[in-house]
Amino acid sequence: MYGWVGQIIRVNLTDETIKIEPLNMQDAKLYIGGRGLGVKLYMNEVDPKVDAFSPENKLIFMTGPLTGTLAASAGKYEIITKSPLTGAIGTCSSGGHFGPELKFAGYDGIILEGSAKKPLYLSIHDDHIELKDASHLWGKSVPKTTDELAKETDEDTKIACIGPAGEKLVLFATIMNDKSKAAGRSGLGAVMGVKNLKAIAVKGTKSIQVAKSKKFMDSCTDARNKLKENSFTDDGLPKYGTQVLVNILNKAGANPTRNFKESIFDKADDISGETLTKKYLVRNRSCFSCPIGCGRVTKIAKSSFANFGEGPEYEAGWAFGSNCGINNLEAVCEANFICNELGMDPISMGGSLACAMELFEKGYATKEDIGMDLPFGDADATIKLTRMTAYREGFGDKLALGSYRMAESFGHSELSMSVKKQEMSGYDGRAMQGMGLEYATSNRGDYMTSPAILGMDPQVAEGKAEAIKRFQDLTALVDSVGMCLLTTFAIGLSEIAEMFRTCTGIDCTDEEVLRIGERIWNLEKIFNLENGFTKKDDTLPLRLLNETVSEGPAKGNVNELCKMIPEYYSVRGWDAEGLPTEAKKKELSIE
Amino acid sequence: MNKILAISPEKCLNCRSCELVCSFFKIGEFNPKEAAVNVLFYEEAAISVPVMCVHCEDAACMNVCPVGAFSRDKNGAVISDPKKCIGCKLCVNACPMGNVSFSPIKKKIIKCNLCSGNPKCAKICPTGAIQYVDISTANMNKKREIASKFKELFSEVNK
Repeated sequence: MYGWVGQIIRVNLTDETIKIEPLNMQDAKLYIGGRGLGVKLYMNEVDPKVDAFSPENKLIFMTGPLTGTLAASAGKYEIITKSPLTGAIGTCSSGGHFGPELKFAGYDGIILEGSAKKPLYLSIHDDHIELKDASHLWGKSVPKTTDELAKETDEDTKIACIGPAGEKLVLFATIMNDKSKAAGRSGLGAVMGVKNLKAIAVKGTKSIQVAKSKKFMDSCTDARNKLKENSFTDDGLPKYGTQVLVNILNKAGANPTRNFKESIFDKADDISGETLTKKYLVRNRSCFSCPIGCGRVTKIAKSSFANFGEGPEYEAGWAFGSNCGINNLEAVCEANFICNELGMDPISMGGSLACAMELFEKGYATKEDIGMDLPFGDADATIKLTRMTAYREGFGDKLALGSYRMAESFGHSELSMSVKKQEMSGYDGRAMQGMGLEYATSNRGDYMTSPAILGMDPQVAEGKAEAIKRFQDLTALVDSVGMCLLTTFAIGLSEIAEMFRTCTGIDCTDEEVLRIGERIWNLEKIFNLENGFTKKDDTLPLRLLNETVSEGPAKGNVNELCKMIPEYYSVRGWDAEGLPTEAKKKELSIE
Repeated sequence: MNKILAISPEKCLNCRSCELVCSFFKIGEFNPKEAAVNVLFYEEAAISVPVMCVHCEDAACMNVCPVGAFSRDKNGAVISDPKKCIGCKLCVNACPMGNVSFSPIKKKIIKCNLCSGNPKCAKICPTGAIQYVDISTANMNKKREIASKFKELFSEVNK
């Protein structure tokens, strides 16, 4: 077997049984791995209407055929379940070293079902797999859990775990691996928490084989060379990390500020990648097999926010920075570190805080409701409430539900800047029309930035539908082969398809490979539809549709979603209600 | 020996591309545990150190080998002849730096051979943390780093 390693671990947490099953190659050929195969296996086994917190919901960890190989930035794996935050399909990728290690242990993925009676962790060392008691780890932070498990098992063990936020079922809790890499969105960590599974520890000593050695090596070299020739992947990202986007987006008037009330943050440079690099960067750090090295090891010394860790990435920095009106970079870093340590999504945390700040500003939520004053820009309150959210203390218990449910409890859900109840990220859909369409139509209420969206005539709505569709299909493909999406700034379908072909030995054209991405996208859509989502969920917060941008290059804009949606459904081959037609399903071989 | 694999841990990203490419050329599969180069990662110091055979002038592996499987090639690399090797693993024990290992998969010795003068680890390294350079360049580069500190100091003085 080439690329894939051919085995899946199935763990039933209720009766504590473990089974090894062969990988279903028929599904693997149609859906590849990672996100695509994960969603397919999930839908084979689980009713989309399942309660995300019931034992019937399953949690799937899945690598791709390129994961753990020399393919460019192929250190990724994906986690799939029903999201407790959105009720939609919940998928999220993570980098680091955990995914490749799982493959080196001999497994493409893990299916977790049921719910344990007491805290457990799953230990995998090649063929030795056991469930072990994790009572002594329950309540502990991500770094503490990781360190203790490394001591208990083996120093080289790679660990994925939840923090206190996952245990307390914070709706945007993450699953963290290698301490600071997050499967961050959609609240996957809460599903792991409700299953009483604290961690998965894996060590592997086996190999991954590829079909065409020389051709595969050539395709990897070609892709890596292209990453080296591109100014963004060779210069911008390594030098400044993903935070390099702060100044770029601010200049484009697309940097959502103070809960999307504004689109330019006057103090953006205080929290930019350039400033982070100058003041706090210790060193770059890569995920497995990645030549880019955008990861930041940062250290804040001699400050009330003294800490050490990884990040922040652009979206985390934006969420606590521009979106909360905070220009204190030390506080922004600390809020991000807390999210990593306690296992929470900084985008949703920052978005929920920004929403609470606006509720406070408008007088809808009072000091008594919150337990403290919460004006925009209050760094101390932000840090305090971030911590309280992970432990669901005081007002943190409300924030833990995400901005939509929190704002709704004050009667003002319109102030939640979310799509399908998941907080939007740091790209203003009014200054970037395509991004608005991307948010609105994303199956997980999420976004993916891309050169296609950043580069092309951002303020024009015309023609975006076709480009967004194609890019969405490509993201589904990238998330399924096991690569990092940031590579798409330098390489595209032809390079990815060539690595896929030479790795797996499957003979297919570029367009056929992209068609797999489209198949995945449609399957996710079908999951959501079966779960009760309709056309009216493919929308944006009213603020982006009705309130014009007040200054900068996008002044006077709203997002022209109503123009783009019909065109988008049409290029997708969906009917006017956004349902994939029978012809489309047949064309994509979806049952 | 003219050229050596010079390491600069401060540049290492911990991406393990070197381990992958090494195992691929050694055993034809991707397996970091079967690579002749390994990266040791110290999280608390935020540093990663690539470690591989340094091709000792007085090589313990060569000295201990009971069947004379080791020799030195024209690039100065200490290499093992798989045809002569009997798999006794004495060299694994003898190397004072742990740079000889035994592949349980291929049942053979895994050891750096400088890829016959074209080390793949140095070629793939994205940051130059591993470089295949002339030995005098390697130490001159370090001297240059020290010298540049003096330069900075005196530039300050002259301002």
